[in-house]
Amino acid sequence: MDSIAGKKPALIWAVNISAALLVLLWVLPTIGLLVSSFRTADQISSSGWWQAFGTQEAKMPAIRIEGDETAKDGVFVIEGNLFGASGGSVGRWGTSSKEPEAYGPGDVADLGDGRSLTVGQDGQFALSAAGSMADARSPRVFLTASKPPEFSVDNFRNVIASPLAGQSIGQAFLNTLTVAIPSTIIPILIAAFAAYALAWMEFPGRPILIAAVMAMLVVPLQLALIPLLQLHNNLGIWLAHTSFGLPMAIYLLRNYMAGLPREVIESARVDGATDFQIFRKIVLPLSFPALASFAIFQFLWTWNDLLVALVFLGTGNDQQVLTGNLVNLMGSRGGDWEILAASAFVSIAVPLVVFFGMQKYLVRGLLAGSVK
Amino acid sequence: MEQALQALMVIVVGVGGCVGYFYLSNLLLDHVFFPARGPNMGRNINRAGMIRPWLFLFPAIFGLGLYLAYPVLATAWMSLHKDDSFVGLANYQQMFSEPKFWESMKNNLLWLVVVPALSTAFGLLAAQLTDRIRWGNFGKSLIFMPMAISFVGASVIWKLIYDTRPDDQPQIGILNAIWLKFDGGIGSTIGLRLVPALLILLLIAALGYGAWLLARALIKARVKPHPMEMFARLLGVAILLGLIWELVGWMVGLFAGDLPYGQPQAWLTIPYWNSYFLMIVLVWIQTGFAMVILSAAIRGVPEETIEAAILDGANPFQIFFRIKVPQIMPTIVVVWTTITIVVLKVFDIVLAMTNGQWQTQVLANYMYDKLFRALDWGVGSASAMIIMLMVTPILVWNIYSARKELR
Repeated sequence: MDSIAGKKPALIWAVNISAALLVLLWVLPTIGLLVSSFRTADQISSSGWWQAFGTQEAKMPAIRIEGDETAKDGVFVIEGNLFGASGGSVGRWGTSSKEPEAYGPGDVADLGDGRSLTVGQDGQFALSAAGSMADARSPRVFLTASKPPEFSVDNFRNVIASPLAGQSIGQAFLNTLTVAIPSTIIPILIAAFAAYALAWMEFPGRPILIAAVMAMLVVPLQLALIPLLQLHNNLGIWLAHTSFGLPMAIYLLRNYMAGLPREVIESARVDGATDFQIFRKIVLPLSFPALASFAIFQFLWTWNDLLVALVFLGTGNDQQVLTGNLVNLMGSRGGDWEILAASAFVSIAVPLVVFFGMQKYLVRGLLAGSVK
Repeated sequence: MEQALQALMVIVVGVGGCVGYFYLSNLLLDHVFFPARGPNMGRNINRAGMIRPWLFLFPAIFGLGLYLAYPVLATAWMSLHKDDSFVGLANYQQMFSEPKFWESMKNNLLWLVVVPALSTAFGLLAAQLTDRIRWGNFGKSLIFMPMAISFVGASVIWKLIYDTRPDDQPQIGILNAIWLKFDGGIGSTIGLRLVPALLILLLIAALGYGAWLLARALIKARVKPHPMEMFARLLGVAILLGLIWELVGWMVGLFAGDLPYGQPQAWLTIPYWNSYFLMIVLVWIQTGFAMVILSAAIRGVPEETIEAAILDGANPFQIFFRIKVPQIMPTIVVVWTTITIVVLKVFDIVLAMTNGQWQTQVLANYMYDKLFRALDWGVGSASAMIIMLMVTPILVWNIYSARKELR
């Protein structure tokens, strides 16, 4: 009997390891972007995010030597530290872009004109010359340095507060909230009434309406967009999101309400309650789980939507929602990963919080909607 | 600030309006038009009962009608018109003559087969693997997480993975970093040729077996199957054979072609393969959905059937493929069709990552292109109708199952 599933140690290990690998594969992409969003532009472009946690050997962009000149014994010297306050350690250095690794730490480079430069391992440099260097162009230094890992929230600060090339993610964040919250609350209300009518009221044409709702579940949004451009107005996007969410909402809520115990509703009817009272006092409170799961769906869907926003809102960045802004950013600042990564995380953050906070309801809604 | 106020207004007005509408209309019905008292009490109650459902339904019907039903008809009408004059099927003709349209069709078909298949397969795998381990729920919620991420956000995430830098700069895309580790030595031959070849062979064998299972019922059946079923089986066999043909092509390419070792690749610009790189993004998102539903289904498999199989000496693989999978087949079909619908509408990913360049165009983005860049509403509507045509079988199926449910 040693072949009982889940009882063999080797098998348990194999399952655990493969599950861990699969999970790792699935979270790795997100982690990559998350790590990148905390790194500076230089760090991102000089090494992959997976190297961000170790000390990094990297070519740094050219640094032009600056500093105050001091005269000592007829020799003029400029001293300072190439790393500033952040620290690091010099591997190789050079003074021309052709030979960026010509010298080691402590070597003295002759720059001609009687000038010489030396760079120590800790980044300390001394540029000395026989005459004053006030008029001369100061040399550039190319460094291959190893720096300790460093993370900062500067990217997020930049992205949210200051407009980048006319785009402010902060504004887009507000826009998204403005679109998503009304578009989540209103359809719930409308759908709840409709679902109650379809589940518990007798009237001619009910089967046809239910079939119509089921059919509309799959109608692609693309079809709805073209004629609606003619109905374009300010209320457009809220009404559009509301209506596009309705089939799913009615379907989910009707399924749930139809499953409520018949005795409860009929005894209320016998006691003389009107449908409105039954709905408000019995069905609505009992349907809370279904309402919650639809609310999460609708919120995620409106928050993450791009198509409806592109059609109903202007293309300008200050009018667009987060997804629209991101697409614009990918076009205009496609290589600036520090901006892209931070912006993407601003847009992902709220859905992720909702997701992890209310996962129970989300799963329940999915199961109610798909498994019959 | 002004905007926040406006949003608040909308919430208050919208919610207040809805509540007010439902409350007042019911009040009017019960107390003014058909009061439940007086000489006509019985008749009034009956009449109010007849009208009330429509009061409850009105806002929903209005919204659905204006924003879903009417647009479908209007789109059909517009696809036959150009600049407000009737042109018959000219828009369709024009569309069919464009190579970009056929490229979109081809890609869409590829998406339609690959994404649901991979998502369901990975979902099934994840559901089974996390079913009985201690940290299973934690792992599940991590795999499920991409569901919460927008398609655009996911595109940014994956674009970083596919990122390409020139030869002399360090690669920051993990795919290129891994690719550059292969130098053409023995390790590369094993990793990039032998292992993939084995996997492809396995896949071909599995698909061939599936095709055989589908075809067997047609050849050996004692009773002639229903024409619909026959059609479905033939379609399945055709799709599987097409996939096998595709995979054979991969095999040939794997050994015939030279792999450009040591050069960073711009993944998203390699024709044909770039479509797969885009599909991976959607698979990544949809696997969580498939996993959640399939995992509930696996939990629902009766324990006795599994115990009986164990007593008969079945190994874990047999239990999975012969006992569990057949019992959750209906759920697999539901998951598959749900993902199919998502795939048909896929738009954001293509727009954000390649915008249909380098032969990655799909129908939804083609339509968006026609509408907003070419401003050709006729052809745009025509391509929307093609999308509609492709979901119609699922739509009919939905109506059919609604009817069955009500009976």
